Amino acid sequence: MSYIAKPKVSHPSVPRNELGLFKRDYEGVVSTLCAGCGHDSVTAAIIQAVFELGIEPHKLCKMSGIGCSSKTPAYFLSQSHGFNSVHGRMPSVTTGANAANSDLTYIGVSGDGDSLSIGMGQFAHVIRRNLDMCYIMENNGVYGLTKGQYSATADVGTTAKKGPANKQMPIDPVSIAIGLGATYIARGFSGAKEQLVPLIKGAIMHKGFALLDVISPCVTFNDHEGSTKSYAHTREHFHQVINADFVPPSEEIVAAYEEGNTMPIRLHDGSKIVFRRVDKDYDPTSRAAAFTFLRDSVNAGEIITGLLYIDEETGDMHDLSGSIETPLSKIPYEELNPGAEELANLMDRYR
Amino acid sequence: MNSTDTSHPDYFHKVVDCQWACPAHTDVPGYIRLIAQGQFTEAYMLNRHSNIFPGILGRVCDRPCEPACRRGRVEDKPVAICRLKRVAADHRDDITDLLPQAPAKTNGKKIALIGAGCASLSVANDLLPLGYEITIFEALDTTGGLMRTNIPQFRLPPKVLDEEINYIIDMGADLKTSHRIESMKDLLAGNDYDAVFVGTGAPRGKELKLPGRYDADNIYIGIDWLESVAFEHVKEIGKKVLIIGVGNTAMDCCRSSLRLGATDVKVMARKPREFFKASAWELEDAEEENIEIIVNHSPKEFVIEKGKLVGMLFEQMEYDIDEKGRIDRGKVIGEVTIPCDDVILAIGQNNAFPWIERDIGIEFDEWECPVVDETTMMCSRDGIFFGGDSAFGPKNIIWAVAHGHEAAISIHKYCNGESLQERLPRGVNLVSQKMGLHEWSFSNDYDAVSRRLMPHVDLLERFKKIDIEVELGFTAEQAVEEVERCLNCDIQTVFTAKLCIECDACIDICPVDCLTMTESGDEDDLRRRLTAPAENKEQDLYVSAALPQTGRVMVKDEDLCVHCSLCAERCPTGAWDMQKSEISIPYAKDEAALTASRLAARG
Ligand SMILES: Cc1cc2nc3c(=O)[nH]c(=O)nc-3n(C[C@H](O)[C@H](O)[C@H](O)COP(=O)(O)OP(=O)(O)OC[C@H]3O[C@@H](n4cnc5c(N)ncnc54)[C@H](O)[C@@H]3O)c2cc1C
Ligand SMILES: Cc1ncc(C[n+]2csc(CCOP(=O)(O)OP(=O)(O)O)c2C)c(N)n1
Ligand code: SF4
Ligand code: SF4
Ligand code: SF4
Ligand SMILES: [Mg+2]
Repeated sequence: MSYIAKPKVSHPSVPRNELGLFKRDYEGVVSTLCAGCGHDSVTAAIIQAVFELGIEPHKLCKMSGIGCSSKTPAYFLSQSHGFNSVHGRMPSVTTGANAANSDLTYIGVSGDGDSLSIGMGQFAHVIRRNLDMCYIMENNGVYGLTKGQYSATADVGTTAKKGPANKQMPIDPVSIAIGLGATYIARGFSGAKEQLVPLIKGAIMHKGFALLDVISPCVTFNDHEGSTKSYAHTREHFHQVINADFVPPSEEIVAAYEEGNTMPIRLHDGSKIVFRRVDKDYDPTSRAAAFTFLRDSVNAGEIITGLLYIDEETGDMHDLSGSIETPLSKIPYEELNPGAEELANLMDRYR
Repeated sequence: MNSTDTSHPDYFHKVVDCQWACPAHTDVPGYIRLIAQGQFTEAYMLNRHSNIFPGILGRVCDRPCEPACRRGRVEDKPVAICRLKRVAADHRDDITDLLPQAPAKTNGKKIALIGAGCASLSVANDLLPLGYEITIFEALDTTGGLMRTNIPQFRLPPKVLDEEINYIIDMGADLKTSHRIESMKDLLAGNDYDAVFVGTGAPRGKELKLPGRYDADNIYIGIDWLESVAFEHVKEIGKKVLIIGVGNTAMDCCRSSLRLGATDVKVMARKPREFFKASAWELEDAEEENIEIIVNHSPKEFVIEKGKLVGMLFEQMEYDIDEKGRIDRGKVIGEVTIPCDDVILAIGQNNAFPWIERDIGIEFDEWECPVVDETTMMCSRDGIFFGGDSAFGPKNIIWAVAHGHEAAISIHKYCNGESLQERLPRGVNLVSQKMGLHEWSFSNDYDAVSRRLMPHVDLLERFKKIDIEVELGFTAEQAVEEVERCLNCDIQTVFTAKLCIECDACIDICPVDCLTMTESGDEDDLRRRLTAPAENKEQDLYVSAALPQTGRVMVKDEDLCVHCSLCAERCPTGAWDMQKSEISIPYAKDEAALTASRLAARG
């Protein structure tokens, strides 16, 4: 936490996006996290991604639970809607919000503790519903906010700053998401923004549930030797499977991609994700292949990053439940609530 | 690029744009912080240390620091560095006890200074406390040179001039006024002096030899006319006055004319506005007084009728300016006569040394300028030094002071048989300013206030007398706001590569996007790949050693850093720190201390 706010002064050459806004217009209040926390870098990546996508701030909603990670929505997009919910309950609050207003873009920020301990049930079900949202899990292997207890993603053998090594098996959010049928699954690293920003852009534009597992070191409680979620360890074992470039609908694919080694995938709004395979044999549209690959890499001690799986075919929650195009929030109250008399009529039909 | 060698004293000095641009390297952010703390006397003394005349310069300095000031790149207007100097001078306590003093016993070395302008006075200031016996020869009956004879009293009150000049003279200089040196040969013949310093200025105003020039009385050379005004030999002028030329002298001539009864004053410029020599602020002040500046008029002839000047004939010009901003010679598109009662020529000054014989080993170049070494200020004859306008042609007060400091060092070394070229190097000392987790010893927040406007005496009031000082000085409220505009450029961002864990915190927080972590490369390539393009090549890139985890480098573009300390605050490992750079500029007293210790060691 700094005593001064980030000064309102900019480099004279800073660009505007298609809305005429500056990146600074997408900032929030100054962070109160520990200096050097990976979560702040993810915040910066979110700001960059939303700025580049040219999303109108009032058309976006930031959701979170409890944790250092869950505090971060305060640090970006001050002009957007937001809901800082209860520990582990962000998925259901987002489900409610999206059910009522499908017009907004939903970005959820959670932690490994928030999602995989207290919120595990909610996490599983929001995937099952294929809720249209970008779900960013800032994964540091600990409960940062409560002073560094092991979380469910801590690897076996990881040592805390003080105290015994962890003996319980970790939960890998990416494998879980593949298993549960998530339709956009990626992993990034807070210290690699050139990879992270396009992954966030893709996750926002994907229609359906997009999980972004971001290794985001906790400098205060989990950045020492013996941690497998430190900056140094992540860098050493970082393995980029696939590069994914995000290409907005208005732009042609111009980059000189190597024939046979790239694969463009169209998103519902006409934008494209162009995969550049670093691992030649990888197929990001095969759930089975992704699963096998992931299992093998975990055994090899590699931290696999990139866009690991995408499915643009399966419909989102609204498609699955056959809700109408118009967001419910746009329907006049009288129409939405036909009144006690109509309810009585309806009830009568079931008698 | 190789990693930056920040131990070189120039590296961090250059980041302090104002101090780097100041010929005397005044510690600007240092004195601005002292003013902010209400320590006016200390601020005055810090100024005096390098520029000697804070009260004078706080009013009339040419202020090369201001166009260089970082604030002018971040916003549009620089910090009012110069007028803050005046704040220190206006509010200081009696400083006589703080001034250097000459020792009771002199060192027996005799130095002659010719001219009592700012150049000679600077030499005296530096040498008197070291025990040198100083004799100043001045042709006029008063001190100060052009500061007194040419800079009008409505810009620089004589009281201010006297006070600061007397601080120096009172240290014990032997001042001989009304004593023009008529022959250098004679002066040297007596062998009375161990060294001689020439600070006689560039006393000859340029002529404009056009038809009619000598056919009427009402045509004056600007600097001579201003001198006559200063000494009250001239007390009035006609209603319609034309000033030829548009440099700073022209500005003083036109404004003085208004105070001597002129009502219609036109400044005639040969070229368009962007080629004017006058400083922007001098033009502004003149235009505030309703001076008309007429561009693209080239003087052709003085129009004389019956032995009386009635006007001046001009050629109307048209110019082509190429894409690089260069102007061609122009073509004449017409002629016009502008009626007038008086014409003042303000088209420049030349050096003139009729009193220096050409057979005594002092070489001159084709423009009548002596051949002078830029470091030592010595001419081609050993033991004779030049400084101020006499050395390299007309410059300004602060340059004369800077020359004086260097000449004083040389004179000391010359008198002690030391090599003039082997001078003490500049140094840099860095001290961390961290006071706590988020606390710094300085006001690191960015204040968005715009430059404060100097209050002026009312337009009707100011013409009543010639010596009404126009500028009133900043009010207390204005000073408080203006000091906060300074970006503390001397509080440096210092990076230690081996501590960096590459968490990106500094890069994310920097408000002006001046930090990047990337693969190293050559400078042009790097400049293109930074978070924000680094287009100002006058400002350096600060490139770190290879970072421990990825081998990339941290690159900082020094251009627009606002020294807000946020990078250092957000850095978890202290790889970034804010450290005050103190640039040490050696003076004659430092050389003298070294001489003394050398002599002591020799026993
Ligand atoms: C109209 C005008 C306005 C200016 N305004 C500014 C301004 O606002 N700010 C600024 O920084 N600069 C200004 N300048 C420039 C500045 O005044 C000079 O650069 C500066 O005064 C040079 O100092 P100096 O000591 O070298 O010489 P000078 O100030 O010229 O002093 C030389 C002295 O030597 C004496 N002298 C000459 N020959 C002899 C001799 N043979 N024997 C004995 N004595 C002799 C002269 O009488 C004079 O007193 C201005 C100049 C002019 C002409
Ligand atoms: C219902 C409830 N149970 C427990 C807590 C205590 N608590 C606060 S944050 C947290 C864990 C946060 O861990 P994570 O989501 O990984 O966030 P991080 O701080 O590591 O970013 C816990 C257990 C709580 N706030 N509410
Ligand atoms: S405790 Fe850890 S996770 Fe929380 S702000 Fe500090 S570094 Fe970040
Ligand atoms: S901001 Fe202050 S320190 Fe920086 S150049 Fe301007 S006056 Fe000097
Ligand atoms: S002090 Fe640091 S954060 Fe502030 S502008 Fe300079 S480099 Fe950027
Ligand atoms: Mg956590």
